[in-house]
Amino acid sequence: MNEEDYDMSWFERKHSNIVTTSPKEMPEGIWVKVPSTGETVHRRELEENCWVDPASGYHFAIGSGDYFSLLFDEDEYEELGQHIQPEDPLAFKDRKKYAERLKEMQEKTGLSDAVRVGTGKMRNMDIVLACMDFRFIGGSMGSVVGERIGLAIDHARENKKPLIIISQSGGARMMESVLSLMQMAKTSAKLGQLHEAKIPYISVLTNPTTGGVTASFAMLGDFNVGEPGALIGFAGPRVIRQTIGRDLPEGFQTSEYLLEHGFLDFIVPRNKMRNRLARLLKILNHGYRKTK
Amino acid sequence: MNYLDFEKPIIELEKKITELSELNISDDDVLTPEIERLRNRVIELRKSIFSNLTHWQRVQLARHPDRPYTLDYIYKIMENFIELHGDRCYSDDKAIVGGFATFKGQSVMVIGHQKGRDTKSRKYRNFGMPNPDGYRKALRLMKSAEKFNIPIITMLDTPGAFPGLEAEERGQAEAIAKNLREMALLTVPIVTIVIGEGASGGALGIGMGNEVYMMENTWYSVISPESCSSILWKTWDYKEQAARALKLSAPDLLELNVIDGIIKEPLGGAHRDYNAAAQELSGQISESLKRLVKKKPEQLKLERIEKYSSMGAWKDTKKKS
Repeated sequence: MNEEDYDMSWFERKHSNIVTTSPKEMPEGIWVKVPSTGETVHRRELEENCWVDPASGYHFAIGSGDYFSLLFDEDEYEELGQHIQPEDPLAFKDRKKYAERLKEMQEKTGLSDAVRVGTGKMRNMDIVLACMDFRFIGGSMGSVVGERIGLAIDHARENKKPLIIISQSGGARMMESVLSLMQMAKTSAKLGQLHEAKIPYISVLTNPTTGGVTASFAMLGDFNVGEPGALIGFAGPRVIRQTIGRDLPEGFQTSEYLLEHGFLDFIVPRNKMRNRLARLLKILNHGYRKTK
Repeated sequence: MNYLDFEKPIIELEKKITELSELNISDDDVLTPEIERLRNRVIELRKSIFSNLTHWQRVQLARHPDRPYTLDYIYKIMENFIELHGDRCYSDDKAIVGGFATFKGQSVMVIGHQKGRDTKSRKYRNFGMPNPDGYRKALRLMKSAEKFNIPIITMLDTPGAFPGLEAEERGQAEAIAKNLREMALLTVPIVTIVIGEGASGGALGIGMGNEVYMMENTWYSVISPESCSSILWKTWDYKEQAARALKLSAPDLLELNVIDGIIKEPLGGAHRDYNAAAQELSGQISESLKRLVKKKPEQLKLERIEKYSSMGAWKDTKKKS
């Protein structure tokens, strides 16, 4: 896990008729400051544009609820995996008890852990969507995240529905130590089965996606897709800087950098995501149905 | 000789014994009983120190500079080792070694992290920290083993995957992720042993065995105690607490159902007796292979997927407890 904030700007914008709001995770007030430019923008303008700044293209962080509204038709979906709830297997304590941290996080965010899974329709196609929440202990992957992602993969495989996973994570959850490490093994093994079953899997990497999440399911998409300017990497920039003892090149570990180095298929601004992903799945659909 | 702080009293006694033995005194009556007494004292001391190791001391032992590394074990317990190099993409990573060998008459593919012993070789091996090329080489070799229906042995001993600029550029995360997925699907037996440090994804990247064992004085965790301390306590000073909290020792992992067993080390640690350590390791590999080679390819794969699918701890609110 690392705790780095990254601000990047890019230039693409398009209005969309999808309104996403989630007051809990958004800055308060009518005017919102854009971190990358220092400019202010009207809150409603952001809400109407999937929390992408129309002027600079800066993508504000949004949560699973927003992505569900963004991708599912009419915001309708059936949620899966809420019966899987976190516990504290190691009775872990650093400066704070993990059990307390969990409870606090749940109260603060209204979420039970750092990922939610839903199944529903996107542009009339059945999909399974898992979406992480960075707000919940840095979007870290513990047993519940691994198990819910696993459930999403199984559901996609058993019901022959395409899978989309939206990642935003600092990596593995330290407070579950080796059990969280093994979630990398679990999710990757299950994706192996999905791969063999030839069900499409799109991995969407948003800001930030690092550590054990990148080094497992987030990099294993048939298609790896980035949001503009997202920090994506294995090790955090600070650790790398310390290791090599020099400054990192500009734009290092951004979506654009990964695209350039061959690890993303394409970058898509949030307000175009739904159309782009739907178009891709539609093309695949025609292929595999016909060959059966 | 390298020794850890808590090994110091043992080392000092041993020095004394050597000194006494080297004295050219003809009066054996005085010396022999004294030496005998000291030898017994060493055994007692070792027993008492090693039966009460803290988590942090185990981490220190796992990093002991005299500890046997992958190639040491390969040469001790295998024959006909043919090292195979390169990932066919970019380079030959020196932090991971691998190749075909014969183990008790059985052909095997053996792959492991490799550390160096002196300044020069440590640098050559990048301190056992692989780049993506290492993981890709390992996967290439595993696929080769699968092609020829040969079981795979992997030995884990790394402080982590290398957090460097080129490593990121060439896709460290992608390389590890792909290994996890592909290892899950392999149709030949995989036996994994943590022989030193099992640091996070860098270790797991070659570690998805059908059976996984830890040597007695090793650690396996999602993060090193030092890094954990720096993130959660915001200072490097809590590494001992972090080691304890992370429950990273072999007995902990056995209890958490992450490993299948613990391989005993000679008293004082594997570095005190390579032959004895190698023999224990060899015994376990042989036992595991005997069991695994009987299984059908699909069964090996399915059991491996199920093994990792069942790991973790969560509450199931659907289930009535």
